[in-house]
Amino acid sequence: MTKRAAVPLIFERSTPGRRGYRLPELDVPETPLEELIPQEYLRTDAPELPEVSELEVVRHYTQLSRLNHGVDVGFYPLGSCTMKYNPRVHEDVVSLPGLRAIHPYQPEETVQGALELMYNLGEYLAAISGLSKASLQPAAGAHGELAGLMVIKRYHNHRGEGHRTEMIVPDSAHGTNPASCAMVGYKVVEVPSDERGGVDVGALKKLVGPNTAGLMLTNPNTLGLFDENICRIANIVHEAGGLLYYDGANANAIMGIVRPGDTGFDVVHFNLHKTFSTPHGGGGPGAGPIVVSKELAPFLPGPVVEKEGDQYRFVMPEHSIGRLRSFYGNFLVYAKAYAYILSHGPKGLREVSETAVLHANYMMNRLKDVFELPYDRICMHEFVLSGSGLKEYGVRTLDLAKRLSDFGYHAPTVYFPLVVEEAIMIEPTETEPKSTLDEFIEVMKQIAQEAKDNPEMLTTAPHHTPVRRVDEARAARHPVLRWQKEQ
Amino acid sequence: MSEKLLYTKEHEWVLVKGNIVRVGISDYAQNELGDIVFVDLPSVGDVVEEGEGFAVLESVKAVSDVYAPVSGKIVAVNEALDDSPELVNESPLEQGWIAEIEIDGPAQTGDLMNEQEYAEYLKGV
Repeated sequence: MTKRAAVPLIFERSTPGRRGYRLPELDVPETPLEELIPQEYLRTDAPELPEVSELEVVRHYTQLSRLNHGVDVGFYPLGSCTMKYNPRVHEDVVSLPGLRAIHPYQPEETVQGALELMYNLGEYLAAISGLSKASLQPAAGAHGELAGLMVIKRYHNHRGEGHRTEMIVPDSAHGTNPASCAMVGYKVVEVPSDERGGVDVGALKKLVGPNTAGLMLTNPNTLGLFDENICRIANIVHEAGGLLYYDGANANAIMGIVRPGDTGFDVVHFNLHKTFSTPHGGGGPGAGPIVVSKELAPFLPGPVVEKEGDQYRFVMPEHSIGRLRSFYGNFLVYAKAYAYILSHGPKGLREVSETAVLHANYMMNRLKDVFELPYDRICMHEFVLSGSGLKEYGVRTLDLAKRLSDFGYHAPTVYFPLVVEEAIMIEPTETEPKSTLDEFIEVMKQIAQEAKDNPEMLTTAPHHTPVRRVDEARAARHPVLRWQKEQ
Repeated sequence: MSEKLLYTKEHEWVLVKGNIVRVGISDYAQNELGDIVFVDLPSVGDVVEEGEGFAVLESVKAVSDVYAPVSGKIVAVNEALDDSPELVNESPLEQGWIAEIEIDGPAQTGDLMNEQEYAEYLKGV
C-alpha cells in the first residue's frame, strides 16, 4: 500500500475570488439586513468562508470519504455495535415520493400510508419483543434508554411510589445505562457478575428493596453471553416492586428465538441502526424505538399512531411523558427498518440471529487458542477475548487494534466491557461470508505472532494508513476544535 | 518517600501525616489506565466517606473512580492536575497526588498494605 498525504482542509484550498455559483442580479427591492434581523445578532466581520469552485468541493469531500472505513469498504467487527450490511433496496424504498416528499405539517388524512408504516412497524417491534405497544419517538439507543426510564419513573410516580429511585445496573453494562439513570435522577446500584459472566443472583437479592425502581439488563450481555437466570432475575426484581428494562443493543442475537417480554422485561428499546440494518452515523440518523407492556403503554412518549377502523391517527397516550423528538422522529429510518423486517419475514429474522450467533461462535472457537477467552462458553452474537497475554511482550490491546488497520479492518471494540482486562470485543454479524471470517482469523493469528517476534510492529502501528498513529492523549488534553487562519 | 506509602486493594496509595492523609493512585494503576486526559477533582471542604468515589480519572481507555481510603474532609486538592493531568502518569506517587483528607481521629490504616505487601498483592491481580 502506498502512503497518501493527509488531505488539506477545505479552508486551506481557498483561493480569494473563486466561486462555485454566481447569483443573478437582484430584481426585487432590497431590504436592508438591519430591518430583518436585530442589530445584536448581526456580525460585524465577514465570515472567513473557503472560496472554492464546485468541482473542488466535490473532490475534497470525495477524497475525505475515500479515507473513511465503513462496512461498504471492509470488515467492521466492532463489538456491541452490529455493523451489518445496509441493503441497498432500502435506499430504493426511501426514494419513493410518497415517503420522501411528504411533510410533517400535512394533514393526517393525506399521509395515511406513512402513518400505516409507523403503526405496522410498532406492531412488528411489539411482536419481536413480546410486549404490547411501541413509541418510535426516541432518536437513538441512549435516547430510548432515557425514554424507557422516564416511562418507568412516571409509572412509579403515578402509583404513588415515587420513593423508588434506585436502578440496578450490572457491572458489565453499557456505559449509557448508568448515564441514563443519572439523567432521570435515579441512583445507580451496581450488581456484580458471577463467574459465568451473568448477573450474580445472590448479590441481586441483597440489593433489591422498597426503593428499587428496576433493573437495566442487556441480554445477551456485553460479554456476548445469554443470562440463563433471566427468569429468576425478573422474579426477584418484580417481587421487590421494580420493573425490568431491556437494553436492545444486542437484540441481533435473539430475533425470532427469545422474546424479552416472555422473560419478564417490561420495557425494551431497539436500535434500528443496529439490529434492523439502517445505517449508522454518516449514512443517516439512528432510531431507538421503545416497546412496553400493556401497563406501561399509557405513559409512552408521543405522539404514537393508533388505528381506528381503517384510519390511522396520531394520539398522545393518556399519561404520556410527552414529546421527546420534534415532529415524528427519524421517519425515513423507520421506512428502512420496515423494509428490512418485511423483506426478511419472521423466518428470515430468526435466520439472521442464528447466523450471527453461528459466526461469533465459529470465530471465538478458532481464536481462543491464540488469545485468552475469560468466559469460555457458547456465546451469542459476539464474544470477548483478552489481550492481557500480549503484555509480556510490551504490547497492549490498543496496539493490536492499531495494527488491524494495516490490514484494512476496523478494529473490534477494545477496553470494553470493563470486567475483562485488555478486552477485545468481536461482533462479526451475519452479513459476512465465511471467507471474510477466515481471513480475519488468520490476520489475528499473524498479529499475535508479530507481538512475540517483533513487538515494535504493533507498538508503532498503523504503518499503511493515510494517518499514522495519532496521539490520543494529546488530542484529548489539548483538543483543536476548529480551523484558525494563520496570522 | 515512597517507602512510607500504604496501598489499598483499589490501587490508591495513602501517605499519613498526623491527621492529614494524602491520596494518589499507584504506578500499577496509572499504567493500567493509560494516558490520563482529565482529572475531576473534589472541592476543598467536601466530606467523603471511606469507600466512596471522591475523584474521577479519565484516560484514553476508560473513566475510573478514585475511592476514599478513609472518611474525612477534603482539605487540599492538587490543582496542578487541572492543567497537567499527565502528572498522574509521570509521577503517580509524588507530583501526581490527588487530594488530602483530614480525618477526625487517628488514621485506621490496619487494612492497608505496605510496599512489599502491595507488590505481593499485584502478583495475584
